[in-house]
Amino acid sequence: MDFSLPAEVEDFRAEVRTFLAEHVTAEVIERAHATGTFHDWGLHRKIAAKGWLAAGWPEEYGGQGRSPLEMNALSEEMYLSGAPVDGVGVAGLVAHTLLLAGTDWQKRTIVPRILSGDAMCCLGYSEPDAGSDVAACATRAVRDGDEWVVDGQKMFTTLAHEAHYVFLLTRTNLDVPKHKGLTMFVVPMDTAGIEVTPVHTVGGERTNITFYTDVRVEDRYRVGEVDGGWAVMMTALVFERNSAWYGECVRLLDHAVAWAGEGRDDRGRRIIDDPSVRERLARASIGNEVSNLLGWKAAWMASEGTLPGVEGTMAKLFTTEHYQRAADDLIDLCGPEGLRRHGEDGAAADGWIEAAYRHCQVTTIYGGTSEICRGIIAERGLGLPRAR
Amino acid sequence: MDLRRTEVQEAVRDGVGRFLAKASSPERVRAAEPLGWDRAVWDGLAAMAVPAMGVSSELGGQGAVLADLAVVAGEAGAHLAPAPVVEAMVAARLLAGHPDVGGEWLGHLVDGTGPVTIALRPPREGRLTLVPGGAVADAVVALDGDELVIVAAATDADRVAPANLASAPLADIDLGQGAWDRRIVLAVGGRANRAMAAALDEWRSLTAAWLVGLARAAFGIGVRYVKDRHQFGVPIGSFQAVQHRLADLATTLDGAELLADKAVWALDQGDEASSLPAMALSFCGETAQHVTSAALHLHGGYGFMEEYDIQLYFRRAKAARLVLGDPRRELRHLADRLFGPVEG
Repeated sequence: MDFSLPAEVEDFRAEVRTFLAEHVTAEVIERAHATGTFHDWGLHRKIAAKGWLAAGWPEEYGGQGRSPLEMNALSEEMYLSGAPVDGVGVAGLVAHTLLLAGTDWQKRTIVPRILSGDAMCCLGYSEPDAGSDVAACATRAVRDGDEWVVDGQKMFTTLAHEAHYVFLLTRTNLDVPKHKGLTMFVVPMDTAGIEVTPVHTVGGERTNITFYTDVRVEDRYRVGEVDGGWAVMMTALVFERNSAWYGECVRLLDHAVAWAGEGRDDRGRRIIDDPSVRERLARASIGNEVSNLLGWKAAWMASEGTLPGVEGTMAKLFTTEHYQRAADDLIDLCGPEGLRRHGEDGAAADGWIEAAYRHCQVTTIYGGTSEICRGIIAERGLGLPRAR
Repeated sequence: MDLRRTEVQEAVRDGVGRFLAKASSPERVRAAEPLGWDRAVWDGLAAMAVPAMGVSSELGGQGAVLADLAVVAGEAGAHLAPAPVVEAMVAARLLAGHPDVGGEWLGHLVDGTGPVTIALRPPREGRLTLVPGGAVADAVVALDGDELVIVAAATDADRVAPANLASAPLADIDLGQGAWDRRIVLAVGGRANRAMAAALDEWRSLTAAWLVGLARAAFGIGVRYVKDRHQFGVPIGSFQAVQHRLADLATTLDGAELLADKAVWALDQGDEASSLPAMALSFCGETAQHVTSAALHLHGGYGFMEEYDIQLYFRRAKAARLVLGDPRRELRHLADRLFGPVEG
C-alpha cells in the first residue's frame, strides 16, 4: 500500500495552493460570511480562467484531463482555503451534464458561457413536497408547439439570485410511474415568469425559493429525452465533494487548537493544557484523518476506473456526521465565549467555531441526507433487503 | 497512491488465514479458554515463520515490513487466534535492534520455540501487571526504570494468570523474585526509552490491524444473522433501525481499516514521530467495540448466550485496547504527539 500521492498530484496541489493564497483574501472570505452568498464573481472568474471549472474533462472538450486524484486535491485545497466556491461545484455539475446529455447547440452556446465564468447556474430539484423523494417533483412542464409552459415552485435554489440558468427538473407525464415522467431543462433565469424569493438559513447562508408562473421555455433548452429527466439527474448526481467537508473540518479544528493554545484559564494556565480539552481536540483530529482517508479512497477507486458509489456515500456520511460532533465538542470547549459571533469582541476563535456549529447542520441534509446515505450503504453495500 | 495489498501480502493472508480457519475455529478458541492459549496454533504459526517474520534475513527472519505483519495480525484477530502473535512479532523486532545481547531470545522466536512478549507498562514496585501473552511467554521485554530488559523464568512458577474479560493470556509477574531471575539488559537511558517507544507504536499499529480483522469478522457474523433471522414475518435486516446501525458501522469499519493501514505505512516509511499509531489504536479499538457490541445485540437474547460465537469477539474487542490503559489516557497521549506536551 502507498498513501503518498503521485508527484503530479502534489505539483498540481502546490499550484492550486499558491493561486488560492493569492486570491482568497480575507476580504473575499468576510464578504461571503456577511452576505451569506458563498460565491464570489471575481474569484470564480479567476478560477475559470485557470481552466479549473472543467479541469477533470478530457482535453478535446476543453478540459485539462486531470485525474480523479488531482480533482480531489483541487477540491480539498479550495475548501481548506475557506474559499466561497459553492458556485464552482454547481457550474461544473451543470456544464458536465450538458456535455454528456446536452444538444450540440447547448454545448456550443451554454457550456462555453459557464466554463468562462460568465454564467452561473443553480439547481432546481427540491420542492415543498419533494425533498429526499426528488422524483415526487410536481412542477409541471406542458408542451405548447415549440415551447413548454412551466408552472411550479422549487425549494433551496441556492445562488438563484446570481444565476443565469436554472437546471430545472419538471413533470411532463402524469400517466407513468413517477420516475418515468420527468424532463430536465436548462432555463435562462431572465425568462418571464420566474421569481426569486430569498430564504435565510441557520447557517447564515442565503438560499432561495423560486416560483415559476406560465414560464414559456423554448424546446432547445430541454436536456435529454422528454420523460428522460431521471437519467439526466443521475448523470448529474455523480457529484463528489467530500473533500469540501473535510476542508471545513480542518479549518474548524485549526481554529479550536489556535484558540486553546493562546487562551488562558482563571489560574493562568493554557486552555490547551486542560486534559478534557486535549481529549476533545485529539478526538476531532482522529475524525478528520478518517474523513480524509475515506474521501481519498473514493477518489483512488475512481482513478482506478471503479465507480465509488457506496464508498463515496460512506465518505459523505462519515465526514458530515463527524463535522457535527466535532463542532459540538469544540464550541463546548470554548466555554461561554464560544457563543459570541464573528466580529464580536472577545469571541472565541473570532466566532468561526460558532459559525461552523450553525453551518455544519446543513451538511447532513443536502446532497443526500444521512438517512438516505445509510439506506444506500445498507442496500447496495451490505446487500440487506429493501427497507419498508 | 495504491490501496491494494501486494501479492506477497495476499499470499500471507491466504496462508495464515487458511491455517487459522481450521486451527483456530470457534470450537478451538473455546477449548483454549480460559487461558487463551493453544500450543498447536503457536506451533503452526511458528512453522510459517510468523514470530520473527519482521526481522531481517541476516538475523534469521523474513525481512518483512510492518504492512506484511499487519496482514498476519488481521488474520489473527479475525480468527481470535489463542496465541500472543502481535506481541511476539513486536518483541522480535525489538530484540533485533539489540542482537549482541538479545540474540539468544531472538533465536527463540526465530526457531518458534515459544512466545516472547512485551510489557506495555513499566513495572510498579517490581511488578508487571496484566502483561499480554505473559501467562504463556518464556520471556518478557520490559522498560524497567532506565533499562530495557528481557526477563525470563526457568519454570512456570511465580506468575499469576487472572481470569479476565477476554480470556486472554494476561499475567502479573514479579520481577527478580522466585523463578524470574534471568535478566539481560538490552539498552539503557535514551536508547532504552526510544526503543520501547518505537516498539509501543508498532504494537499500537499491529493491534489496530488485529482489531480491524476481529471487527470485520464480527461484522460479517452480524450481517449474516440479520439476513437469516426472521421476526414479524420478515428478515430483521429489512428494518431501517437495524440497517442504519449497520451502515454506520460499515462506514467506520472502512475508516478504521484505512487508518490502521496508514499507521503501519507511516512506520514503514520511517516516520517515528507519527501520530497515526495512536490514532489507529484509539479509533480501531472504539470501532471494534461498537461493531462487536452491535453484532451481539442484533442477535437479541441469543447474543447473550455463550453458545453463540459473537460473544467471543465482543469480549476480546474491549480488552485489546484497555490492556494498554484507559482509552481516554491514550487520547491524551495522542494530544501530546499532535499539540506538544502540557506546559510546566
